[in-house]
Amino acid sequence: MAIMKYVIIGNGIASIGAIEGIRKVDTENEILVIGAEDSPAYGRPLISYLLAGKIGPERLALRPQEFYEKSNVSTKLGTTVEAIDTKAKTISTDKGETIEFENLLIATGGIPFTPPIPGAEGSDVYNFTNLAHAQTLISKAKEIKRAVVIGGGLIGLKAGESLFDRGVDVTILELSPRILSLAFDENAAALAGGRLAEVGLNVRCGVTAKEIQRDSDGNLKGVHLTDGDFLQTEVVVIAIGVVPNYSLAKDSGISVDRGIKVDDHMKTSADGVFAAGDVAQAKDLLFGDDRVIPIWTNAYNQGFCAGKNMAGTDIEFTGSLAMNSISFYGLPTISVGTVNPPEGDDSFEIATSLDEKKKSYRKLVFQNDHLVGYVLVGDIDMAGMYTAFVKFQMAVPEDAKKQMMAGEPDVLMWPDDFFKDTWNPGHVEQD
Amino acid sequence: MKRVYPDKEYCIGCHLCELACMTAHSKSQDLIVAYREERGKDGLSSCKKVFEKGHTCVAISCRHCDEPSCVAACISGGLHKDPETGHTLYDREKCVGCWSCLMACPYGAIRRHPTEGKIVKCDLCAEREGGPACVAACPNAALKYEER
Amino acid sequence: MLFQPVNKNYHEFCIIRDKDLCINCKVCVRQCSYEAHYWDESRQKVMHDNTKCIGCHRCEALCPTAALNIVNKPSDFRTNSLWRPVFLQNIYKQADTGGVLLAGMGSPVDIPVYWDSMLLDASQVTNPSIDPLREPMELKTFLGAKPKRVKIVTGKDGKPELKTKLSPQIELDVPIMFAAMSFGAINFNLHRAMARAATETGTVYNTGEGGLHKSLYKYGKNTIVQVASGRFGVHLDYLKAGVGIEIKVGQGAKPGIGGHLPGEKINDQVSETRMIPIGSDAISPAPHHDIYSIEDLLQLIFALKEASEYKAPISVKIAAVHNVAAIASGIARAGADIVTIDGMRGGTGAAPAMIRDNVGIPIELALAQVDQRLRDEGIRNKVSIVAAGGIRCSADVVKAIALGADAVYIGTATLIAVGCTLCGRCYTGKCPWGIATNDPKLSKRQNPDIAAKKLANLIRAWGHEIEEMLGGMGLNSIESLRGNRDKLRGVGISDIELDILGIKHAGR
Ligand SMILES: Cc1cc2nc3c(=O)[nH]c(=O)nc-3n(C[C@H](O)[C@H](O)[C@H](O)COP(=O)(O)OP(=O)(O)OC[C@H]3O[C@@H](n4cnc5c(N)ncnc54)[C@H](O)[C@@H]3O)c2cc1C
Ligand code: SF4
Ligand code: SF4
Ligand code: SF4
Ligand code: SF4
Repeated sequence: MAIMKYVIIGNGIASIGAIEGIRKVDTENEILVIGAEDSPAYGRPLISYLLAGKIGPERLALRPQEFYEKSNVSTKLGTTVEAIDTKAKTISTDKGETIEFENLLIATGGIPFTPPIPGAEGSDVYNFTNLAHAQTLISKAKEIKRAVVIGGGLIGLKAGESLFDRGVDVTILELSPRILSLAFDENAAALAGGRLAEVGLNVRCGVTAKEIQRDSDGNLKGVHLTDGDFLQTEVVVIAIGVVPNYSLAKDSGISVDRGIKVDDHMKTSADGVFAAGDVAQAKDLLFGDDRVIPIWTNAYNQGFCAGKNMAGTDIEFTGSLAMNSISFYGLPTISVGTVNPPEGDDSFEIATSLDEKKKSYRKLVFQNDHLVGYVLVGDIDMAGMYTAFVKFQMAVPEDAKKQMMAGEPDVLMWPDDFFKDTWNPGHVEQD
Repeated sequence: MKRVYPDKEYCIGCHLCELACMTAHSKSQDLIVAYREERGKDGLSSCKKVFEKGHTCVAISCRHCDEPSCVAACISGGLHKDPETGHTLYDREKCVGCWSCLMACPYGAIRRHPTEGKIVKCDLCAEREGGPACVAACPNAALKYEER
Repeated sequence: MLFQPVNKNYHEFCIIRDKDLCINCKVCVRQCSYEAHYWDESRQKVMHDNTKCIGCHRCEALCPTAALNIVNKPSDFRTNSLWRPVFLQNIYKQADTGGVLLAGMGSPVDIPVYWDSMLLDASQVTNPSIDPLREPMELKTFLGAKPKRVKIVTGKDGKPELKTKLSPQIELDVPIMFAAMSFGAINFNLHRAMARAATETGTVYNTGEGGLHKSLYKYGKNTIVQVASGRFGVHLDYLKAGVGIEIKVGQGAKPGIGGHLPGEKINDQVSETRMIPIGSDAISPAPHHDIYSIEDLLQLIFALKEASEYKAPISVKIAAVHNVAAIASGIARAGADIVTIDGMRGGTGAAPAMIRDNVGIPIELALAQVDQRLRDEGIRNKVSIVAAGGIRCSADVVKAIALGADAVYIGTATLIAVGCTLCGRCYTGKCPWGIATNDPKLSKRQNPDIAAKKLANLIRAWGHEIEEMLGGMGLNSIESLRGNRDKLRGVGISDIELDILGIKHAGR
């Protein structure tokens, strides 16, 4: 096989970002994508919609087949890359192939984090991070009555909600005092939790599984909780989070920290090797340091930036921005940027407005006259306008701040020049 | 590519562009029916939104960005960039209503459909003869549809 | 709503809203600067208050479903040809307020419109007509003093050479100019539009008495700068900025009185241009305090000539009043290059209604008399005559030129071209069409790109029509029409009117 100009390991959204990034610059040279999963690239978050029965499998694919054809991308699916030789610039797959590359992107995503719980080894304990997991749970749901989900974060709640939609009695366990502790604050979590409880899910905070109980045949019987309770269940889903899937990189001598270390151009320590997505530890827009922020948009953006750089343009990554949008039975929630500033740090100014009846909540976090994060629950329509202030790091003058607090951010609050460059570029008044 | 450029110096805040957009995307193609019936019944709404602050107004809608944040955020493949026309296209069949794009688009150009779990976003009136309805309706040339 | 001062119910207009069409979109609510339309929270629909409607028709024009009609209030007072409704309404108003009645735009009163009593001639068999589409047609006009006779000598190279020294001239491609409407009375956007349109069509616009905004100096070749009794914005650069300078002595709509631009209209731009503080009233005194005689006027004329290095013709603008011919003669003798006569139907941003409707004379009569007098005195060549005040169409222009004008100013027509509906409330500063207002929310209703295009179109359209009419008369240049009263005939007017106009009755 000839040297491939572009090879991408992983077939997730970072990979699609990279393809689109490369094609912005180079419309000719072939791209090879190698993915361990055997399905075409799908919307990973869609697996909860699939499990809930809201969409069918035909809606999973992110891009139509013709996208790959038109973009001159060949794929090797169901193929796992086992090693990278950074010196020889080759990779080898589980199918025994060795492929020489000029530019390589490692976009291997994350793997579910499974804490050591006694009894976790064995049948009927699942994760919920890929299509196969969803498919297993779909068939399982037909036979079972009860399920316990460990983890009250975004994925855990989504898994719980989806199983519940399949008619399963679901209990969600969250070790911290509230659900959604990372991306949301107490008020938002209370509204979301309230909505889940209203529908009939059991959410228990401050407890987790101490042990998974099995009978002598190894069949799952239930879960012992840290507070002494015992929950009967037929299925346990562990959804505590994902950790960067960097072993492949690490084993081949590429520098890793919490994730694969990348520079401003998404380049790893190895020549011609880039990394993007959940596996990468890249610059954070707000903090400036390098972090792993395993969310969709960052994966795409990092892939896009890596792709452009792989194709020879010199583009700096603008930085990751934490953002989540998730709905709980029709109650939409959005969180962007820093939403839980360190307690006692008075450089932050927080403005909240809560209407429990309307299930509406708004929290704005300002630092040094800049909006650095926000949470919206219920009334989310102006989200993008807030995002602009976080993302473009525009100063927020006092009157604008008031307007924002009233829930009315708008483009006319932007600095004049920036407004013109964005909305009416190249326009000059004749006189 | 041709885009719609709003001029805040001359937008008079009449909101006619919103009405035109709504009509252009209505079943009846008739403003009165669209506004009186389809708006309430089908949640017909405008992709354009007029903002006002003091004496300044501006009507905005999707910019059809070169490198759109909404596409990066879309988890369903419902938003993508048409490499030929440059339009940021929306496929409502694929959309699952996760509101990721609404959150990610820093131009506030995406809104929720009032009755369906779908979004409302400018399509540059691609199907319409004579180009964008909002531009055609603007009485003060505060919207320009041109190559820049 | 019902409980209000009795007299408020004698309002002029009614808003008719077609229920089948109105969709309650609130476009009318946003457009009406008099708040005649409003959103009624309790009824959840758009309602209106007829007493507030001033009849500008802005809502009607912008309503997307054509649901609105603005009509005169149908309830009539008992018919009385002496005490017509307007007098009653005015008295009621003044009995309430104790104030002078203010008015905007030109006088709407029913005095004879002589344009309509004059008809043009056309060629038939002999002296055949000319097709302007096939043959050259000259509308070019030069404003300024012309020599009595020219002396031509044969140069060394055998070619003829002009020996006479010519006075400076303003060159116009069409004999129609945008009239003086000061920056302040109308807004910057319209000044931009007039400047651009004048440049595009090869004519000029007049700054009016409010000075010249610095960003419009670049249109100087198409600008006449005005010097009025308030001397607003007058400085050396200003005087040198245009191709002509006009001393405003009088205005047709309000002869004998000065001007008053209320402080609310003085925003930062107006203040900078007029050189007066923001928010202060701009008061133009009735007379120029340095002109009490023709000799004084002469001094000012020459001071301005001096200042502009004798490069710009000096115009003197007066209102058409009883002795207009004698006054014009004096002006010509004082050294002016142009006399501008503004008839009583000329527009204004604000004037006391009594003055506007009762003082002055119609432009047609004034113009005929001025031209005749200057001819009789043998000084017609010393000045160009510009007629203004109530010119509504190209035929009016042609008739004015046949009566003796060199060119005309159009003011009201200019504003109508950009949307004015003659509601006559220019003095309130709330012009819903964004014309006679500096309120930023309203003035942006005039996008100069659109306004300039409309104004240029108007000039072009009238230019074409003038060519048609000239061609029909067998003339191929506007020069040949000037003062050519043989091309005019009167209809339905008395001998004395015919005599003053210097024309024969139709049929003669
Ligand atoms: C249930 C769920 C819901 C989520 N919801 C949201 C959400 O609403 N919003 C949001 O922002 N984020 C969400 N996320 C996170 C988001 O899905 C991830 O951030 C995103 O998918 C990361 O993309 P990626 O391309 O980096 O990695 P991945 O999507 O993980 O793709 C990596 C791919 O690489 C393959 N791979 C790994 N190793 C190899 C190898 N050695 N050889 C070949 N192939 C390999 C894997 O099989 C996988 O297909 C959710 C995640 C889950 C699981
Ligand atoms: S929706 Fe927003 S991000 Fe997407 S193309 Fe339009 S303006 Fe750009
Ligand atoms: S271009 Fe069409 S779809 Fe877009 S805002 Fe204008 S009218 Fe609406
Ligand atoms: S139609 Fe034009 S002027 Fe009216 S609100 Fe829209 S952009 Fe502004
Ligand atoms: S603009 Fe027309 S349709 Fe809209 S509320 Fe007014 S009258 Fe009704």
